[in-house]
Amino acid sequence: MNLKFRNKKISGILTIIPEHERAFEDELENFNFTKAQSMKLKMVMGYDRHRIFDPGVCISDLIVKGMNYLFDQNKLNKEDIDALVVVTQSPDYLMPPTSTIIHYKLGLKQDIFCLDISQGCTGYIVGLYQAFMLLEQENINKVVLANADILSQKVSKKDRNSYPLVGDAASITIVEKDTSDSEIFANIKFDGSGWDALMIPAGGFKLPSSPETAILNDDGAGNLRSKDNLVMKGDAVFSFVQAKVPPLIQDLLEYANTDKDKVDYYMFHQPNKFMLKKVADKLGIPHEKMPHNTGENFGNASGVTIPTTIAFNLGEKLLSEKYLMCLSGFGVGLTWGSMLIEIGNLNFCKLIEY
Amino acid sequence: MEKILSILNSIRPEEDFTTSEDFISDGLLDSFDLISLVSELDENFSISIDGMDINQENFKNLDAIKSLLIKNGAKL
Repeated sequence: MNLKFRNKKISGILTIIPEHERAFEDELENFNFTKAQSMKLKMVMGYDRHRIFDPGVCISDLIVKGMNYLFDQNKLNKEDIDALVVVTQSPDYLMPPTSTIIHYKLGLKQDIFCLDISQGCTGYIVGLYQAFMLLEQENINKVVLANADILSQKVSKKDRNSYPLVGDAASITIVEKDTSDSEIFANIKFDGSGWDALMIPAGGFKLPSSPETAILNDDGAGNLRSKDNLVMKGDAVFSFVQAKVPPLIQDLLEYANTDKDKVDYYMFHQPNKFMLKKVADKLGIPHEKMPHNTGENFGNASGVTIPTTIAFNLGEKLLSEKYLMCLSGFGVGLTWGSMLIEIGNLNFCKLIEY
Repeated sequence: MEKILSILNSIRPEEDFTTSEDFISDGLLDSFDLISLVSELDENFSISIDGMDINQENFKNLDAIKSLLIKNGAKL
């Protein structure tokens, strides 16, 4: 589905990351890699270091920390927030919505629209669509899009497919009305037949967590995980990305009547370095235009990798410069989406530690 | 073939790739080895193997790998 938005802009990006980083080499004993494999995977896949929060930290804590930072720095006025959209797959509770907990902790006004969205790797893109749609309302002028995931707690430490690259992070993006006539082009697709390609089998109403769901089982490839853990069909997800993402981007560029060379940066979700390089090669995009360093520095925190990649690679440059960016997220669902948007002249763009 | 064999041996020096007709089923390579292998083949043959071609069938033996390389523009 193609989408188009007008008179909207991103005015600030803040990413909140864990203070402590953990090195792949220190975790090697959890995985049955040979030494040679480990060194090769470090280089090819970007298995290097990742940042993980200690158990007990909730996404509301992270978003509240980030929001208070913005209030303290006079980058955001509490009274100006007309909507709060929280995108996450790791809510504080099954109910109530985490957005209402954040609303309470921050003391936001009652004349506000609070909403939770359950989305993963495409979550940042879906959250932006939702923010843009809310801004169509006369009484909504500024939306806080909070995208956060702390899924490391759901990944088995003995799962070599997923644990070396998992990361935790939160991001706050301010989206508001804009007087310029610039257009934002976007598209999104869903294929629910792949619902089980990336999932956490237990913990919902279908299969509540129990002592039985916590038992670790060997998947036959040396990975130990329980039904309470995230499980990914790695080969299927890789094939899905290679098959679906390049045509998605080609369709977007065609829809926007823009040549791929006119795009300054391709800021994509960061599953791993290898997968991104293959997508870039398929599209004929220079690797330097598609940064792939978030996984090796921070880990993969679902959709949050997109704002993290922007803040980490461009940071303060975006306070005075403006770039045409193609954003794309793809994964759990299966869901894949992209967006062509000018981002720049921001009020803030940085990473802070929690 | 020599170059392909040399790359395979660098990834799994303990295995004999000259006798197997199915490296994956025979347990000579796992999915993580395939990633290393693609990376090495890309670098050594100055190509980028299409992501859609990265499946077990295309890496099952020396002939399959040779065909894959030719398909992706390698000069053998």
